[in-house]
Amino acid sequence: MNIIDRRLNPKSKSLGNRQRFVRRAKADIREAVKDALKKRKVSEVEGSERITIRSKSVREPSFSHSRDSGSRDMILPGNKDYKVGDLIPKPQGGGGGGGGGQASADGEGQDDFVFTLSKDEFLDLFFEDLKLPNLIKTRIKDLKSPVPQRAGYTTDGPPAKLNRVRTMRRSLARRIALRRPKDADVLELERLLAEAETDVPRDEINIAELRARLDKMLRLRRTIAYVDPIDLQYNRTERVPKPATQAVMFCLMDASASMTEPLKDLAKRFFMLLHLFLSRHYREVDVVFVRHTSTASEVDEETFFRGVETGGTVISTALEEMDRIVRDRYSPEDWNIYAAQASDGDNIPDDMGRCLNLVENHLLPASQYFAYIEVSEQIGFGDTIVWDGYKEIAERNKHFAMRRVTSPAEIFPVFHELFSASAGA
Amino acid sequence: MTMTDIPQIGPQTGPKTALKASKPLFDGPEWNFDLINEAYDAIAEIGLGEMGLDIYRNQIEVITAEQMLDAYSSIGMPVMYRHWSFGKRFAHDEMFYRKGARSLAFEIVINSDPCINYIMEENSMTMQCLVLAHAAMGHNHFFKNNYLFKQWTQADAILEYLAFAKKFVSDCEERFGVPAVEAVIDAAHALMNQGVSRNAAPRRRFDPAKAREREIKRREYETEIYNELWRTLPQSKPEAKAEEVVTDPSPPIVPEENLLYFLEKHAPKLPAWKREILRIVRVLSTYFYPQRQTKVMNEGCATFVHYEIMNRLYEKGLVTDGSMLEFMHMHSAVVFQPGFSDRGFSGFNPYALGFAMMRDIKRICLEPTDEDRQWFPDFAGNGQPMETLKDAWANFRDESFIHQFLSPKVIRDFRIFHIRNKSEDHAVRVEAIHDEMGYRDVRRLLARQYDVSQQDPDIQVTDADLSGSRRLVLTHFVRDGILLDKDECDRTLMHVARLWGFRVRLVEVDNMTGAKLREHETLPLP
Repeated sequence: MNIIDRRLNPKSKSLGNRQRFVRRAKADIREAVKDALKKRKVSEVEGSERITIRSKSVREPSFSHSRDSGSRDMILPGNKDYKVGDLIPKPQGGGGGGGGGQASADGEGQDDFVFTLSKDEFLDLFFEDLKLPNLIKTRIKDLKSPVPQRAGYTTDGPPAKLNRVRTMRRSLARRIALRRPKDADVLELERLLAEAETDVPRDEINIAELRARLDKMLRLRRTIAYVDPIDLQYNRTERVPKPATQAVMFCLMDASASMTEPLKDLAKRFFMLLHLFLSRHYREVDVVFVRHTSTASEVDEETFFRGVETGGTVISTALEEMDRIVRDRYSPEDWNIYAAQASDGDNIPDDMGRCLNLVENHLLPASQYFAYIEVSEQIGFGDTIVWDGYKEIAERNKHFAMRRVTSPAEIFPVFHELFSASAGA
Repeated sequence: MTMTDIPQIGPQTGPKTALKASKPLFDGPEWNFDLINEAYDAIAEIGLGEMGLDIYRNQIEVITAEQMLDAYSSIGMPVMYRHWSFGKRFAHDEMFYRKGARSLAFEIVINSDPCINYIMEENSMTMQCLVLAHAAMGHNHFFKNNYLFKQWTQADAILEYLAFAKKFVSDCEERFGVPAVEAVIDAAHALMNQGVSRNAAPRRRFDPAKAREREIKRREYETEIYNELWRTLPQSKPEAKAEEVVTDPSPPIVPEENLLYFLEKHAPKLPAWKREILRIVRVLSTYFYPQRQTKVMNEGCATFVHYEIMNRLYEKGLVTDGSMLEFMHMHSAVVFQPGFSDRGFSGFNPYALGFAMMRDIKRICLEPTDEDRQWFPDFAGNGQPMETLKDAWANFRDESFIHQFLSPKVIRDFRIFHIRNKSEDHAVRVEAIHDEMGYRDVRRLLARQYDVSQQDPDIQVTDADLSGSRRLVLTHFVRDGILLDKDECDRTLMHVARLWGFRVRLVEVDNMTGAKLREHETLPLP
């Protein structure tokens, strides 16, 4: 008997199988992901998601008997009080008879196949084919992410980096060059010596000679090391700075009183998605959160998504704040600048001129892409004041996009439209 | 309803105060490798010494729950080629496990030489003992001695063959792309139950080295006949040339029940690597065929053995009262048989039925009643329970075992009854119950229920026109008017057509009257 501890073996041996399975079920999973997005709360977006998929593409057919034809005999345990000749009415809607003695082929034949997707898998599918448009300005400035890269060999280093193959190759070459006696030769000589010593009559001369040779051999082996420090070779790595594309995303959200809770929820969902998308795909993206009522301020993530604050609406304050931040911290020469603005389309009429001027003359020229999302509970009559104003800008500027969202179900499609690989071109 | 009247729960003699000569092997739930070694020796002393079991060498591998899930999804084999269906199974099992709806098996045992036993690190020491007795003794003895396993499987070669299969499939994926390989495996899996030549045990031993050699030769040949010039020719029949070499030149012999074999040998358009994949799936299907036929016996044997061994350990004073109680708790959960109307009923529990029958055989050997003497004259009261059981384990499969050994007492204990379900009636009729009139009927039909060739539809290749239209005709010989599930059948036929490459027709014919009942036909998608 032999006990082997396999607990330290690599886990997830079936990862390859799982990837194949997820790829196979991709279409179904995407459908399910969209469904899930409609139902989930903002705070849950980051959790692991349970996905029910209809087993269309993951069916494994085989020749099997149909349940509703022919006659079959079933042998079952647990008879309570049936006598021969009793008639048991069949349950309605399924020809299973008395519980389906044969209908239990390992849980096959079920219609829905339920399983859990990990967050990574979920998000991968979620953001498949999406990217930031017009990401062009690449200037190496931020060298925060140096990547180790192989760079030849050295004679010095930590033991973990020892290159055994090269070391042994050098050791072998040195041993051959210096004629270090091999194990086999020593053994052979020892054997000869032992034989000679037991021979009768003793051939003393031979013994002495053999002994001298053996001594010399052993001395050589002592002086010429098997592995000498000069044999050692270590892998060398260099840390190479990896150029990073810099981008910043401005999230501008209206938090005024006219934004009802459902509307705020819609806007937050959108930004949540945007935030997830950016943090997942672009390690080097800065995100700036700006929320405004009649005044605007830059806030942190937590306040942006969770904070409660109400007041009047002056949109230009947010745009001014963004303009100020851009001037202060994100020079358009070095940074790819993106902005997403969400509001219910309400603004003080006097403020619109200022807004349009700011967007068209200051922000748009500096930005790669500017998306405006209008949230409303239903499609109203006519356009809101903001929509009306932005419409003209959209006509003149290709990298300005605007969309309306009225229900959570529309968020993903709209998001997908705005950031699909071909958008914003 | 609970089957409270199964009498075998609880040790036969009750917790007894026998002379406890030795010190218990362990106390408490913790295990370590030394303890397992000692326990194994004590168990082997009983299993091999007292019970006279005959086993392959054991290899015990300790794994984590996650690795157990991994092993589950690749049908228990330690090495397996990659396929999405295993990922599906994993996702499914994992979800149930995470939800806590289902616990994992304590062990998995593989019919190989040496016999590999996976045991989980989460198990308590008592469970490890149970597992060693169950798998390393019980299953192992059954694998080594049962005639089906002897004839149909090669315990010493299976792991090496699987390693070859895994490598071959991944090489193919690299050369021809994952989707192409996946399509072939999908099709082969669909026909897995039709991939066994039931009437003849494998003619030749499969030889991993030979398979590898075949593959190398094939590649060499391809390289040899490869000529850069041919690439410039207009593409007329791209694969025809290579085909003629690999297709079996002898005319196909019909009828043939092994669809995978037939397609591998005779499908007109398959490149060689696809044939090899069909062969791999066929070998697997054949390897698992004995297991499908011996569920009750295999589990019954293992459960009987662990029960005997644990009780002997207890009698010898090698396990404590506490771990004996833990064992009884698990054992009774394992051999619980829900009644047909209970929630969670899914047919007979092979552990329960097998264990009850084997305990009953022991009883008949030692303390027969008049009824037993009448039913089992050849061994009732022979006083040699182990010899009788070992003979049964070696020479029977579920169907014949039940036919031969199911006693009226077990039928009564389980309250087994027989109903007939005709699709056109609105009610099912009770045909027999556990009484003098019904025993034989119940026993015959239960045996039939365990006959694998009765469970699978009888489908055979009946015509293949290789020179003309190249149409393939399959015939389903319909028993008792039970047709094929139409949807499943159409999907499976698509797979057959994909492999065959031309039109495929399936005719459903009543096996008594020969009347044609239904026809399906399909063309391969271009």
